[in-house]
Amino acid sequence: MKTVTPVAASVIKRHSLITRLTHWINALAMAVLLMSGLQIFNAHPSLYWGQSGFAPGTAWLHIGTDARDPSQGTLRVGHTSFRTTGFLGVSTAAGWTEAKAFPGWLTIPSQRDLSTARRWHFFFAWALSINGMLYLSAAILSGHLQRDLWPRRAELAPRHLAAELWSHLRLRFPKGEAARHYNVLQKLSYVAVVLGLGPLIVLTGLTMSPGFNAVAPFLIDMFGGRQSARSIHFIAANLLLAFFVVHILALLAVGVWNELRSMFTGRYVLARKE
Amino acid sequence: MGRIIVSRRRFLRATAMSFGGLLLAGCDQLSESPAFRRRLAGAEALTMRGQRLLLRGQALAREFSIAEVSTPFRSNGTSMPADAQYQAQLANRFSDWRLTVDGLVERPARYSLAELRALPARSQITRHDCVEGWSAIGRWTGVPLALVLRASSLKPAARYVVFHCADTYGGEPKKGGDQHAGRYYESIDLIDAFHAQTILAYALNGEALPVQNGAPLRLRVERQLGYKQAKYLMRIEVVERLDAVGNGKGGYWEDRGYEWYAGI
Repeated sequence: MKTVTPVAASVIKRHSLITRLTHWINALAMAVLLMSGLQIFNAHPSLYWGQSGFAPGTAWLHIGTDARDPSQGTLRVGHTSFRTTGFLGVSTAAGWTEAKAFPGWLTIPSQRDLSTARRWHFFFAWALSINGMLYLSAAILSGHLQRDLWPRRAELAPRHLAAELWSHLRLRFPKGEAARHYNVLQKLSYVAVVLGLGPLIVLTGLTMSPGFNAVAPFLIDMFGGRQSARSIHFIAANLLLAFFVVHILALLAVGVWNELRSMFTGRYVLARKE
Repeated sequence: MGRIIVSRRRFLRATAMSFGGLLLAGCDQLSESPAFRRRLAGAEALTMRGQRLLLRGQALAREFSIAEVSTPFRSNGTSMPADAQYQAQLANRFSDWRLTVDGLVERPARYSLAELRALPARSQITRHDCVEGWSAIGRWTGVPLALVLRASSLKPAARYVVFHCADTYGGEPKKGGDQHAGRYYESIDLIDAFHAQTILAYALNGEALPVQNGAPLRLRVERQLGYKQAKYLMRIEVVERLDAVGNGKGGYWEDRGYEWYAGI
């Protein structure tokens, strides 16, 4: 006689088609935008605050070479300089050592080429913006944003936040029914990206456009000048990269295949609570 | 059966690295493909149409206060044209320099610097945004291009204004890409040509335009990037199409892959 094995897991519908579709278009666009953006940055590897800025000496961030030893790459933030030879300032690719801010393996195209990088960047900037608006309007109209992403008041209580943080730090993730919904840390980081960093990076990008400045001069004031907008654009890109790193680490910690499957097919397995 | 033991970490790292390598190599290959480049360049038309739709009222570029002026104003591209004709004119302090206006106009004209200075002028403190990423603010004084074009009357077929410059430019390693040398030129359409802030500037910050910034005359077209602001102007030619000028893309940098519409 066969024994009936208890159901170890149940499969739920995790992500809607529109979420899955826009997620992967977004992933592609973000990757291209980051890498072509670093190539654009390489044409003038200095960041300033305010309206104007053109002399690397006055930059708050500069990637270049050591004044006394041009074979050494440096990153200067404020008054502090770091030796970054091999990665920032000076890097080697295919046996060829070159002075450039970001190395070829991080940029699109890998060779120094501002005009081609701009072509990539603006094509995918349109893709990202249209895709982002599609996602946001679907998320709002379907109630996904309010229902699944917006943290509830009780979740934001310091006690609850601390408990969630503590269990995440111990790599203990919700199982069973608790995994059916996003936890508060997920909610906060998704909302920060979707409603914060995403719009911020698009708007600071638009603020660098001289044509768009004539359309919406208030953006220049909002960000404190074109060079400030360029700096904020760069910082936002770094924060998005940090989000991506945590996103991937979480994926590895929780279970690659289940998460990936849910992002492709929508189906997600709720592990049995032990 | 022997098993190759691959830890999850190693497997994921190898996957990520080969995926990254493929992505990069693929992007480089795509960058070389003319068909793909045309697809990417489609974004320029979208940007131009979008901005033109929003700029229908011919909105002005932001103007700044005199306190915000950056001095000295950074020079980029050519800072001293080596061309013999320019050198001779510079030696004569541009007394025999003339600006030619021709092409699809009813009355071609030639202006001396003194004649241009005698025309109604406009001064504007605007921000110059280089395609490389830096910005500088300057106070420009010059003749509205619209005045000069109206004085010569455009023919009905006129669509673009081409600016021929005195300098031969030899490329720019920091920008990468196509580096072949050529005579500098630029072009704009009639929407920008008749914009109130589009001027032929002969002064910067109250002084005669320095050589490094384009003496004796340069274009200011304030809602576009720095490479549209052609320096060392010699001739203004009104045309119907851009494909017969230079390499056919409408400007020195455009012929080397940059956007003709440089509003972004």
